[in-house]
Amino acid sequence: MRFIVGVAASWCVAAVVAGCSSAPTDANAEIVVFAAASLRSTFTELGSQFERDHPGTKVRFNFAGSPDLVAQINLGAPADVFASADTANMAKLVDTGLVAGDPVDFATNTLTIVAPSENPKEIATFADLAKTDVQVVVCAPPVPCGSATEAVEKATGVTLTPVSEESAVIDVLNKITTGQADAGLVYVTDASGAGDTVASIPFPESGVGVNTYPIAVLEESTNPATAQEFLDLVSGQQGRKVLAAAGFAAP
Amino acid sequence: MSNERRTDRLVQVGLPRWIYVPALAGAVFVITPLVAILLRIDWKNFIALISSESSRAALALSLKTATASTAVCVLVGVPMALVLARGGFRGLSVLRALVLLPLVLPPVVGGIALLYTFGRQGLLGHQLDVLGVRIAFSTTAVVLAQSFVSLPFLVLSLEGALRSTGSGYDHIAATLGARPTTVLRTVTLPLVLPGLISGAVLAFARALGEFGATLTFAGSLQGVTRTLPLEIYLQRETDSDAALALSLLLIVVAAAIVVASASRRLAGPL
Repeated sequence: MRFIVGVAASWCVAAVVAGCSSAPTDANAEIVVFAAASLRSTFTELGSQFERDHPGTKVRFNFAGSPDLVAQINLGAPADVFASADTANMAKLVDTGLVAGDPVDFATNTLTIVAPSENPKEIATFADLAKTDVQVVVCAPPVPCGSATEAVEKATGVTLTPVSEESAVIDVLNKITTGQADAGLVYVTDASGAGDTVASIPFPESGVGVNTYPIAVLEESTNPATAQEFLDLVSGQQGRKVLAAAGFAAP
Repeated sequence: MSNERRTDRLVQVGLPRWIYVPALAGAVFVITPLVAILLRIDWKNFIALISSESSRAALALSLKTATASTAVCVLVGVPMALVLARGGFRGLSVLRALVLLPLVLPPVVGGIALLYTFGRQGLLGHQLDVLGVRIAFSTTAVVLAQSFVSLPFLVLSLEGALRSTGSGYDHIAATLGARPTTVLRTVTLPLVLPGLISGAVLAFARALGEFGATLTFAGSLQGVTRTLPLEIYLQRETDSDAALALSLLLIVVAAAIVVASASRRLAGPL
């Protein structure tokens, strides 16, 4: 008996904790968008545009790495829209039948070399990264930006010996902005977000490591009509304008 | 409670029964997530998952760096605890608060602080760079990060032991003509040995689990800076089965350490 009471009490604790993170539910006035971390600034802006155009509607965001978001949706997290940083992670959700309709590609992102703003090692080409005195930081192969890096290495025949393989593109960028490393490979959008703190060195071979961003309405959406409207905004002209300003190319 | 029990059954002070309800709820809250991991483990491939090349490299690196940081902690932590417990100068309490700060800091803040100290453009990093010492992206950086976060555990644990032991025997030894170093070596330290051991064990366990400061400060490269927690974080992106298997491995190692130190403590004062 005592055990049962204890278990019940602990479930109450769990319920209260969970309750903190879920907002009051008025299904008609709210959509929840799960979006890749690299979309934070652009989607936040598009979200407020959407709220302006649809008075009374709220757009809530959950930004994280695409694989994390896929895992959360697979485990039943309530979401209406999912925007992924690569097609592979979207494909995972399509395979489990959680996507309604077909995903729409809305942007692409390419790699660029970044160096501390003074560019002390005078990096100018991708091949410069392989020089022995250059400390280069990249994304680890399992992460989308890491697989793009591998694709570029394969295409150019230049093999990098990085001093660190980070789990997130933001950690690569951070090693450059703090001057720990001489060069890194990040997305064009990350480099433009970092502004003057880094020197961005575009290279022609980056074309082989293009990441395509798909967006889709989810099967479990409680408000598919509004979710579709948000998707249309992102993939339409208004979305293109905001995304292009941040450095995303058209699909 | 045990003192009361010795005198007479009638005066035994029991716990109010209701206290078991929140206590049990708390225990369930802590234990359920561990059970959840156990239930999700892919047992068929468990051995293969934890013995892959990257996993073995991560485990070896973790054990190596945690041992090194524990050694660093003992080397500087024992003198620090002695000064904090027995030293007599003004500002001691402020000093104590400062050196124990890493205990309450988020590890990522510790990592950032280390970055601006030992990093290439940090406070000391520039001088070290001139001398040809590169700490960034090296195993040394991992040991520094782990030592930074686990040092307070050893200091706190040992200082507590020193205070509860008191300095009575030290005084007697000194009265009998022993020099301070002799007193320290033959009386003070042997008396607090259990506290020192449990402090070292805690520091080792904390170093083993260190993630945030390492990620921020040391980077992540197989065999050099990618410890077990960083490997778990990376595997989670693509192979959740491997991440779960490695998580269990880390839990088992940590639990073994905690249990070993707990049984030592229960065994008695020495």
